[in-house]
Amino acid sequence: MTTKISRRSFLGTAAAAGAVLYVGATAKGAVAASGTADAMLNPFVKINGNGSVVAVVKHFEKGQGPATGLTSLIAEELGVTMEQIGYEFAPSDAATYNNLLFGPFQGTGGSTAMANSWMQYRTAGANAREMLIKAAAQAWGVDAAALDIQAGQISGAGKSAPLGEFVAAASGFAPSETPRLRDPSEWKIIGNPETRRKDSPIKVNGRAQFAMDVQLDNQMVVMIKRTPQRGGIVAGFDDSAAKEVTGFVMAQVLPTKHGVAVYAENTWAAMQARAALEVEWDLSAAEVRSSQEIKDEIMAALHTAPVYNVNKADHAAVSSAVENAAQTVEKTFYFPLLAHAPMEPLNCTIEQTAEGDIVLHDGAQMPTGPHMAYQQIFGLPPEKIHIKTLLAGGSFGRRATPDADYQVEAGLAFVLTDRTRPVKLVWDREDDIRGGYYRPAVGHKVRVGLDESGKIVGWEHQVAGQSIMKGTAFEGFAVHDGVDHSSVEGIADSPYVIPGMALGLTDTKKATSVLWWRSVGHTHTAYVMEVMMDMAARAAGHDPVAFRLSYLSGDKDQERKAAVLRLAAEKGNWGGPAAGHVQGIAVHKSFGSYVAEVVEISGSLEGGIQIQKVTAAVDCGIAVNPDVIKAQIEGGIGYGIGHAMRDQITLEGGAIEQSNFPDYEPLRISDIKAIETHIVASPEAPTGIGEPGTPPSAPALANAIAQLDMVVSELPMSEHGVAFA
Amino acid sequence: MAISLKLNGETHTVEADPGTPLLWVIRDELKLTGTKFGCGVASCGACTVHLDGEPVRSCQTYIEDVEDAEVTTIEKMEEDRIGAAVQQAWLELDVVQCGYCQSGQIMSAVGLLRENATPTAAQVDDYMHGNACRCATYQRIRAGVLRAADILEA
Repeated sequence: MTTKISRRSFLGTAAAAGAVLYVGATAKGAVAASGTADAMLNPFVKINGNGSVVAVVKHFEKGQGPATGLTSLIAEELGVTMEQIGYEFAPSDAATYNNLLFGPFQGTGGSTAMANSWMQYRTAGANAREMLIKAAAQAWGVDAAALDIQAGQISGAGKSAPLGEFVAAASGFAPSETPRLRDPSEWKIIGNPETRRKDSPIKVNGRAQFAMDVQLDNQMVVMIKRTPQRGGIVAGFDDSAAKEVTGFVMAQVLPTKHGVAVYAENTWAAMQARAALEVEWDLSAAEVRSSQEIKDEIMAALHTAPVYNVNKADHAAVSSAVENAAQTVEKTFYFPLLAHAPMEPLNCTIEQTAEGDIVLHDGAQMPTGPHMAYQQIFGLPPEKIHIKTLLAGGSFGRRATPDADYQVEAGLAFVLTDRTRPVKLVWDREDDIRGGYYRPAVGHKVRVGLDESGKIVGWEHQVAGQSIMKGTAFEGFAVHDGVDHSSVEGIADSPYVIPGMALGLTDTKKATSVLWWRSVGHTHTAYVMEVMMDMAARAAGHDPVAFRLSYLSGDKDQERKAAVLRLAAEKGNWGGPAAGHVQGIAVHKSFGSYVAEVVEISGSLEGGIQIQKVTAAVDCGIAVNPDVIKAQIEGGIGYGIGHAMRDQITLEGGAIEQSNFPDYEPLRISDIKAIETHIVASPEAPTGIGEPGTPPSAPALANAIAQLDMVVSELPMSEHGVAFA
Repeated sequence: MAISLKLNGETHTVEADPGTPLLWVIRDELKLTGTKFGCGVASCGACTVHLDGEPVRSCQTYIEDVEDAEVTTIEKMEEDRIGAAVQQAWLELDVVQCGYCQSGQIMSAVGLLRENATPTAAQVDDYMHGNACRCATYQRIRAGVLRAADILEA
């Protein structure tokens, strides 16, 4: 997902959010004694009958931290400690739990969880606080202004009681649209580096419930034998060998005909039976191209005039400036398809209740997608469909597809049964690597002209690749004047003030389904921008940091980017690597946040390179949970560098060649010796953190490798001249 | 066939074909879901359990080969001196992100500390190399193992 968050629209949506808060007012009887009903003070704050507070978290938890972050906001404003508050995931209800930056759509993506929830959740916590205080003030006959809640205790005017005592009375009050938000000077949780993750304890003792762990009574497991080439359909199948497998139940062709559903009593039986199933495929309409053909098409597009003039530049004038420059640096880049490969393979479980309702158990990244799809599949009104969100074992974008691919697959497989037994759809790793929704293959061609003093006089930039958004339900959201913003984000909206930039874009044919992949277009645009910046700096004979800073003066946008660059350079000891080491640097803005990274490496191109240290500086606005932010930067760096080092998805005759981790090798513990993250103190509203650590990581590595006299312009690096130790 | 299995100190009899991976017996038959399925080819370590105290990949360990062995899973680690120290270190450092691989990471970490109470960072990297974490929490895993060693030494 890509979402621009301007300060103005952010405040606008936050204000609108305040207006939709409602009071559940369903509390019955006294609270704070066991056995009483739970009370919803508003959709985001629930207080259980025993007085314990629960934050209702509208974003799913795939490790990026909203279970901790959104809970922190409620706890801070309400006045409870992090130990006094629990969390639960919101039901699927787009009217109440929508992402404020996505419109009437409930979902997580584009690093927006904190950005869109920041005011909404603080307001909800503050509202709950004010309602409880009002109830206490009435009961005690004191002025509400004299009361506050701290650590779950309402105190003031000589009185004190646990907040649980006033929940029932508080439920009768209407929430204020503009409750008093606590001043930053009062914050105890927001910004506290000691705050621990709420989901850690259950993730270290095996009790965490991921969707894959759902075990419903009498459930079947279904696995799909899918077409080996996208677009292929089932012509027929023979399940006589599958019938020999203990636990095999049945095999059915999916209505889409893209595969055969194999039902069994358990996962292992489903795997065995699927392996034994013989399928005859009709591949007459299937993809037959190879990666080389896909690349050839993209490269050819880079050498013809672009279809879209993205920034409405005078291309002829920019070309002429580059042609006539004192010096020209140019490079053509190519980026392969990439799989997301989250640790938990895709899965979900579906059941029908006695009332005929449909319940989906899912690590649901975008509940509204399957919720809408299921209305069609089951012919049910929205209120008869329920989605229970469980923990997700990673996603990196994969659990959010515009067509709700795996949830639809489970729904179709369920319809083929008599619906008396729950059906759990399980993908294995081979399904995941081959069941394709990939970071698009993309090419860039850039020419930069420099004058005698080494200043940029023209930057001609052409992008060709597969559009993620076109042809999907998100087209209207992200495609304007034909330009899929996600193809050029990070260039078109770069804070660099570059004179004479011409940015062109050409869409190429989709080889297979393409999808946002952690940091979306920034996965390749940051690489190209930052490698070109380094090439230009070297040609100009300038230090890469000083060179970049000369294009980063202007307003706050430039200043914030410059500040992280300076901080990373300072903390990463820029210009002073350890003996035998070389360094590279990159800086990039994405999802409203600014990240700079210094990569320090040892070794040689032939003997093998070792990444010794990555030093990062990040400005993501107010750092709500600093340690979660550091963790996301660490993970974002690993994700970016790991794939740049050695991963690609390739096709031969239309079929994906890779199948599992042995040939789609994950980053391993020994690949990066150390990562250090520094956070810039900021008064700005929080911006993204799940993705922004990824974009600068690979170009910073490439710029370090460039010190060994090799500019890597095609990924993965291991396939293009770089050995890793 | 009926196979008797000692899991976390209790003996169970399960009905399973020979060749069934231990992983699926633990998860689907005995309903202990802390042990995870990640790749099925012993390439990610998410399914790591202990067989007589030694870490093994349960996706490539077959049920007929464990009949006389003690199988231990993540669910039992809080009762293990080293396991509890590793869990404490993991909480102190908030090692987890998505958490899906962390049962396997912890089972491997316990295996390492059992054979080497004071590993160096390089020894941690060597030993933990086969445990993949797609969230790339590696530097906290490394720090977590070293911290657990300190906890155990204290």
